[in-house]
Amino acid sequence: MPSCTGNVSLRYNGGSRQLGPPLTLFRFSSSLLAAATFAVLLFAVIPAGGQSAAAPALTILSKDGRRSVPLTISNDQELVLLDDLATVFQLTTRDEPFGALTVGYKGKTILLTPDQPLVSIAGRLVSLPTAPTRNGRRVLVPVEFISRALTLIYDTRLDLRKPSRLLIVGDWRVPRVTLRVEGGDLPRIVVDASPRTENSVSQQNNSLLIKFEADALDASIPALQPQPLVQAARLVEPVTIAIDLGPRFGGFRASTQPLESSTRLTIDLTSVPTDTPLAALPPSTAPPPDISALSAPVNGLRVVALDPGHGGEDDGVRGAGGTKEKDLVLAVARRIKGTIEARLGIRVLLTREDDRAVALATRAAIANNNKADLFISLHANASFRKAARGASILYAAFDREPEQTTRASLGSERLPAFGGGVRDVDLVFWDLAQIRHITRSSELAALLEEQFHDRIPLSAHPVDRAPLDVLESANMPAVMLEMGYLTNEEQEAQMNGPEFQNTFVQAVFDAVVRFRDTPGSAPR
Amino acid sequence: MISRQAAIIGGLAAIAALTIWVLFAGLPRWYGRSSARSGTVAPATTAPPGRKIKASLFYVSDDGLRLTPIERDVAFGEGTVEQARQIVEAQIAPVAEPLVSAVPAGTKLRTIFVTPNGDAFVDFSRELVTGHSGGSTNELLTVYSIVNALCANLPAVHSVELLVDGKQVETLAGHVDLRRPLEKNLTWVQ
Repeated sequence: MPSCTGNVSLRYNGGSRQLGPPLTLFRFSSSLLAAATFAVLLFAVIPAGGQSAAAPALTILSKDGRRSVPLTISNDQELVLLDDLATVFQLTTRDEPFGALTVGYKGKTILLTPDQPLVSIAGRLVSLPTAPTRNGRRVLVPVEFISRALTLIYDTRLDLRKPSRLLIVGDWRVPRVTLRVEGGDLPRIVVDASPRTENSVSQQNNSLLIKFEADALDASIPALQPQPLVQAARLVEPVTIAIDLGPRFGGFRASTQPLESSTRLTIDLTSVPTDTPLAALPPSTAPPPDISALSAPVNGLRVVALDPGHGGEDDGVRGAGGTKEKDLVLAVARRIKGTIEARLGIRVLLTREDDRAVALATRAAIANNNKADLFISLHANASFRKAARGASILYAAFDREPEQTTRASLGSERLPAFGGGVRDVDLVFWDLAQIRHITRSSELAALLEEQFHDRIPLSAHPVDRAPLDVLESANMPAVMLEMGYLTNEEQEAQMNGPEFQNTFVQAVFDAVVRFRDTPGSAPR
Repeated sequence: MISRQAAIIGGLAAIAALTIWVLFAGLPRWYGRSSARSGTVAPATTAPPGRKIKASLFYVSDDGLRLTPIERDVAFGEGTVEQARQIVEAQIAPVAEPLVSAVPAGTKLRTIFVTPNGDAFVDFSRELVTGHSGGSTNELLTVYSIVNALCANLPAVHSVELLVDGKQVETLAGHVDLRRPLEKNLTWVQ
């Protein structure tokens, strides 16, 4: 438990604006800075929806510990009393003629003029969002006075985090950390730390501990809805977030990915099988985390082929509002590629990179020749009825399948190999190559349906089989994804929007991860 | 008086003769021209009164995802090929609301033949491709409305291959493989 000695609840501007993200700071004691014993006390801001309205305050974090100075809010501006700053930063203040005021620190001065949103520092003018206001001895300045003016004369770095109402004095590593939980039955925890911050994840009894290489955290942790796998997230000392696990927790996989200016930690949780009696598998015996396996490409999934349908003169479906299927699927395929490559570190091929015609046989050939482990053809649908809606997943069907299965294999043949010698090569009919992979393709379709369920609109017939040309020659598990109906105006608008696309891309990614982790039956 | 009577009788006779000519010579001629213009075969829906059979034809379901079988009268055709022709003509003929056809408007049947082992080859005009809206659902409904109409009503037809302008085509709109004859598939029927 954190030794919580201060717990202040704040609201942004009396609730007339949206609540700011809750800020939580902890007592921290960095090993590097052990000499300077300071204590930053736990400081928690409102749980979302909290109604307690204490006075707003700015938290100042320095080698002397944590202090807070009251904020006054006027016209959406956060103002701070100059005298409070003078006390904290050991500033001198001196009245000048015509109501002006100088603020001094170690021989450097800032000149404030009443009712002017400008201050003068060594002849240089710095603008402020509002003018300082004066009421007798009380001078209020906007908080930006600290980051724009005071920082220029002060001898230590000042880092104002306005959304968190936090001021960091000195070179402390206080990353801004946000946490969210995505997904339903098998949740994913996404933790972003900005700037980039190393972290480590470990399991301790019924909690996952995420420890950051930092001096304190500027963390935003939402109140979680208790679920079978995750119960709660909370801060523990010194720079650690604890995730309290639920009774169905079975294991986790964590991976860290550097983003432009932050580090993203993704933790996928798995559950114990639902038919396992819980008593037989208490959470403490959950398998230890296997972090080392995460960054390296996992066996079984090295190359994914994505096939954006149509292209060139073939627009595919034209939506009621003018959307062309070929453009939509290319845009979404690029996003899926980016997500899979960044998070799994495996290669993703696109059968077309731009708006061009590619023959169906060529699309399968690109996947076959690059030995893709998975083939996903991406399409948007059309119906003669405008009301038709929902995504669907199709995998190949062959008439007279058992007979065709026998016919599909031509046995093996000894062929000369590149560089001399011979090797045995399995021969299959090009347009029957998919037959050997039908079971895995159906498993992939089921995983996709599972991931789409409750996340995006799903067709009344979510999984179908059909004699689809582009899939028949794919010599790996293969499906066609129909994102939704472009002939349905509402769906057309939805599919063009970022919300749908983000969810769709995430769901496809999640299905690919689960497919990778499900041991497959060998090709027939 | 007599000459006036004679004129009336003559006039009536002329009208009767004209009526008889119109009924027995003019109309068939005009009718024959119009049916010759409409294609190689008289459409089943406008066939002259004669024997009819009941056949299941397939139209787009209310939810737009499947086909719904509807029993309709189709002109009798002597032999499998002739009956197959009548069924396809009826299936591709325009229909009134609330029915919706899965075959693009303007599609014409060019020829049809059936091999001894029951593979039907049905050749359509290019509108089957050029008039198609695309999308795998629509393409499957188009293909299977024709395949199922033949296989469900004619025991002698086991599978159907669609041709366009006399040639094999890979797909209609980029999804369904038409390079092999397709068998009846009730997955696509509600």
